Amino acid sequence: MAARRGDTLLFERMPVIASHAAVGGKKEGEGPLAAEFDELFPDNNCGQANWETAEKILQLRAARLCLKKAHATEKQVSLVLAGDLQAQCTASSYALRELHLPFVGLFGACSTMAEALGLGAALCSAGLADGLLAMTSSHFCAAERQFRTPLSYGAVRTPTAQWTATAAGCCLLHPAGQGVGIAAATFGRVEDYQIKDINNMGAAMAPAAAATLLRYLHDTGQESKDFDAIYTGDLGHLGSRLFREILTAEGLVMKNHIDCGSILYDAARQNVKSGGSGPGCCAAVLCGHILPRLERGSYRRVLFIATGALMSQTTFLQKESIPAIAHLVELRGPECTVRG
Amino acid sequence: MKLKPREYARRVQRASPPSPLGKDCLWAFFVGGGICLLGEVLRQWYLAKGLEWELAGTLTSCTLVALSALFTTLGLYQKLAAKAGAGSLVPITGFANAVVSAAIEFKTEGRVLGTGAKMFTIAGPVIVYGTLAAVVYGVVLWGMGAMV
Repeated sequence: MAARRGDTLLFERMPVIASHAAVGGKKEGEGPLAAEFDELFPDNNCGQANWETAEKILQLRAARLCLKKAHATEKQVSLVLAGDLQAQCTASSYALRELHLPFVGLFGACSTMAEALGLGAALCSAGLADGLLAMTSSHFCAAERQFRTPLSYGAVRTPTAQWTATAAGCCLLHPAGQGVGIAAATFGRVEDYQIKDINNMGAAMAPAAAATLLRYLHDTGQESKDFDAIYTGDLGHLGSRLFREILTAEGLVMKNHIDCGSILYDAARQNVKSGGSGPGCCAAVLCGHILPRLERGSYRRVLFIATGALMSQTTFLQKESIPAIAHLVELRGPECTVRG
Repeated sequence: MKLKPREYARRVQRASPPSPLGKDCLWAFFVGGGICLLGEVLRQWYLAKGLEWELAGTLTSCTLVALSALFTTLGLYQKLAAKAGAGSLVPITGFANAVVSAAIEFKTEGRVLGTGAKMFTIAGPVIVYGTLAAVVYGVVLWGMGAMV
């Protein structure tokens, strides 16, 4: 069962992430985390006729690899929580058309992976789901043409812009058993600090990440130093700096902060400006980089805070500021899944 | 949180690295200048071939547009534009790139509602406001003529 303290859900019997898989595209395969992906596609079209279908393939591969690694079949999945950036969440819907499993589509922009894990853990903890897939994806080319300009249009990227990852991550959750435990989840509130620059998402999302972290620490009485690492989703280099500045002003000096968007690529060599972004970015870093470290015991406790910018092309053109949200899940290594 | 939007805006401005203005300007100057120089070379070549002054100018524009379309299709124009910025955006080749890139990108949605409808999503405003400017210019010219 679970208890609620403030905005935080505490899972007395921790649901576990029994298995996970990360898949990526070409640029991800050229980055520093290449070796940590389960599968890398040499081309971003993944053998498909268009980018949208290619993103569906990313999700399908992630889901199937995740089940394969757990020696499980699709029949053992009771629910899939999935999301992506495509309008109407079509990458997820079309992937689930093939998997044909009970499906709830989620949208939290780049925060969707933590949203899916938090909701999935709550359902598993309540005994309402067993064998639950939490999955998100993004595709650089599909996102570019939806949110910005055609790929072959000549434009200069500003130093604050981020690069949407071509990647997907999938986790298989069970109410109990072997695996990384989900000890708590804090669902964030929408924060808007009047950032209007669509090329500076890190700045728009940093206050939301800070607010959710502060709320979690307040609700649970924990301190940031209790964790081996505190990962944010995809604030990028600039957003990470702002995130730490905001927290310092609140009296919290962060020494164990790592940002998924800042480690997925080598920003200088791969020309990604401020770093990676997209729901697939933090999902792939979680599944390929963070969870294996928890399983190996190099980390014992980790916070995973995925951040999302919640504007659309329409609201942006209407000169609205960018609202942002951050959801948090607390992860514990297999050795520490007894609450203490 | 104690943070207020106005104070945060100051923090963001302080932390955000500015675009490298000097480098960007140099790139724009040399690439933009290079494209114009190519245009002039082409024009002189057409003139040397015995074409009339006006026709040589029109053919120069047509050749630059065709070259831009070709290099966009080959995926090379945007690589240059990523560094050249306004240098490759302002000349007529930039206009061609805007049209061709959209035509290529949206061909997956069909020839009519994809390529046909979305071809001018970026270049459309240039046509609209270019035409409007021409109308205003025409009215002003007509007014000046009427005064004289």
